[in-house]
Amino acid sequence: MSSVAAASPYALGADRAAAGVEEYNFDIVKKFTIMTLVWAVVGMSVGVYIASELAWPFLNFGIPYIEFGRFRPVHTTSVILGFGGSALFATSYYIVQRTCQARLISDFAASFTFWGWQACVILADASYMMGHTTSREYAEMEWPLALLILVVWVVYMNLFIGTIMRRKQPHIYVANWFYLAFILAVAILHVFNHLAIPVSMFSMKSYSLFSGVQDAMTQWWYGHNMVGFYLTAAFLGMMYYFVPKQAGRPIYSYRLSIVHFWALAFMYMWVGAHHLHWTALPDWTSTLAATFSILLLMPSWGGMINGIMTLSGAWDKLRTDPVMRFMIVALSFYGMSTFEGPMMALKEVNALSHYTNWTVGHVHSGALGWVAMISFGSLYHLIPKLWNTRLYSVRLAAVHFWLATIGIVLYIVAMWISGITQGLMWRAYDQFGNLQYSFIESVAAIHPFYVMRMIGGVFFLSGVLVMVFNVTMTILQGKREERQALAAGGLAGAGV
Amino acid sequence: MKLGFKHEWIETNIGLMVVITMLAISVAGMVEIIPLFFIKGTVENVAGPRPYTPLELRGRDIYQDNGCFYCHSQMIRPFRDEELRYGHYSLAAESQYDHPFLWGSERTGPDLARIGGKYSNAWHVQHLIDPRSVVSQSIMPGFPWLATTPLDMSDIGARMKALRDVGVPYALTKQEYEADVKKFGPELAKQYYIPDAQQSMIEQANANDYDGRKNGPITEMDAVVAYLQGLGNQVDWNKVNENQLVKDR
Repeated sequence: MSSVAAASPYALGADRAAAGVEEYNFDIVKKFTIMTLVWAVVGMSVGVYIASELAWPFLNFGIPYIEFGRFRPVHTTSVILGFGGSALFATSYYIVQRTCQARLISDFAASFTFWGWQACVILADASYMMGHTTSREYAEMEWPLALLILVVWVVYMNLFIGTIMRRKQPHIYVANWFYLAFILAVAILHVFNHLAIPVSMFSMKSYSLFSGVQDAMTQWWYGHNMVGFYLTAAFLGMMYYFVPKQAGRPIYSYRLSIVHFWALAFMYMWVGAHHLHWTALPDWTSTLAATFSILLLMPSWGGMINGIMTLSGAWDKLRTDPVMRFMIVALSFYGMSTFEGPMMALKEVNALSHYTNWTVGHVHSGALGWVAMISFGSLYHLIPKLWNTRLYSVRLAAVHFWLATIGIVLYIVAMWISGITQGLMWRAYDQFGNLQYSFIESVAAIHPFYVMRMIGGVFFLSGVLVMVFNVTMTILQGKREERQALAAGGLAGAGV
Repeated sequence: MKLGFKHEWIETNIGLMVVITMLAISVAGMVEIIPLFFIKGTVENVAGPRPYTPLELRGRDIYQDNGCFYCHSQMIRPFRDEELRYGHYSLAAESQYDHPFLWGSERTGPDLARIGGKYSNAWHVQHLIDPRSVVSQSIMPGFPWLATTPLDMSDIGARMKALRDVGVPYALTKQEYEADVKKFGPELAKQYYIPDAQQSMIEQANANDYDGRKNGPITEMDAVVAYLQGLGNQVDWNKVNENQLVKDR
């Protein structure tokens, strides 16, 4: 038994901890990992609830705090900043330490980012329910919270770059390029999108610096690049570390990763205006955005191909390893939604799809299919490593995989059908050239699909609950083994 | 690579990588956003669009705080079906005083860019309190508390000052007031005069009976209905040169 304990890297860490130097700061990774799951449950439960409000509006109950318009940003903030953000902090701290073979430069700063970030999400959620919002999609937190996020972000940036500067290898691993671009881009986007004048030092209310068309352009430059850098580049960083690790093979093409990284970083920033096609935004801006949206297909698929082809020669793992399956299906959804996106950015398609549920479906095929699935896959790989054990149940991971996949398919099919139904009904004419349908008829027509979407959400959430159980059992198992190993080691030591 | 460039230079130097990444991600914003402040015609030169009155402004804030914009767009696109359903397509000029813009991105409910004057005050009040009592298949939440919550008027001056700081022509001095009189006429200029804002709100609410209770307490409902009734009916389309609008786009 003592030899087992000594052979495990954790035991090595424990020895070093006794000597006062632990090789890596995994404590912070563990904290963020657990909060990733907590926020997944919170955010997706709220998601299911607001989906139900659209299907059965009595669920609003005339209560201001949970009314759809106030509850929606609680969902988006909890899943994007809470779930996605915690997953990114956890994996970036893990990856940057492992690939640089260096410990995070400051434990205090790492802890600060943890408590600071969790406070941001909790306070933001509470403030929306109290009726405070900037109304900027995915940037609804009012100015005091926006400032708090900025402080946390600057500390995070210093910590990440500082740790890279301590690296023992001359090369910076590709996953870190993506995390770096994400950290820099989010800083710029956040600052410019939140430019506003507060009503007073003691008021939550502020008015944005820009108005009308310039304000809209700034918001969607932000909005789409939160997708581009936060929900894409950063999760590609996750992919570039965990897919090769799980597959036990090197990344398919080093050259491709260089080309698609720089192309992605340059091109994404242009495309935000495709959210404003046919609006009062000048045509030149939206045409430029549409053009770059089409071009963006190439770097997007570059990443997908690089990820999927990493499995080349080990395809059998798809049959046997549910963790690998999460990752590959994530990449497939990434490929699909980055094809759908440019298509929806064409003005002719957008004329039909904009303002409809198709957009909601598109977002979720990216958010559930890509972001959440790659996070689940990565966490299933990471958690046993962090607690120095093996996954409690591979079979439960497979159950999670199928619940999640069925959930996504129900969700996006429901939104495709209802979105196209809305688009077609709004522009239908009768034989006299009058509008064929009143607006409320389009609302009534899509009711079944609101229900179907809610059921899809329940499937996805159930999968997460299965994962929470599996992870809890894994952690308990890890702790039990650690105690046993220590006890055995102690006995063996006493025997010697 | 004939030039002798090696990607290795970047990927072994974090400083260089930060700088080049910043360059790569900064170009687009500069090209697409900055010209919108300078190109003539981006905001069309049409008569009519005006800042909100203090009461409308509070109504707009409440509309925003309750997340109405998530389901209701305020941006009509230049399509025949939208013209038939909602009216003339929206101009940038019509949201030039909107900090922030509330164009929205979804039509879970109908567009509201030109809702002003289409329904009576009483209809709006009933619909906001209990939407399904007037539109049986509606999925809109009810907002019954609007009718019972007294409107907080205490910080209206501070709100208007903040908006003045970002460029809305609310008047703090007699000089600015005179300028408003010239541009918007004496009645609106009086509304835009910040020192009298609270009084203006009370007068507008009492004169129009938005929440259906004459001389009763002024509620959030008064403000929201005042805001909705002022939406999208400010431009006199007979005086607009449609050809110039097409050129501006």
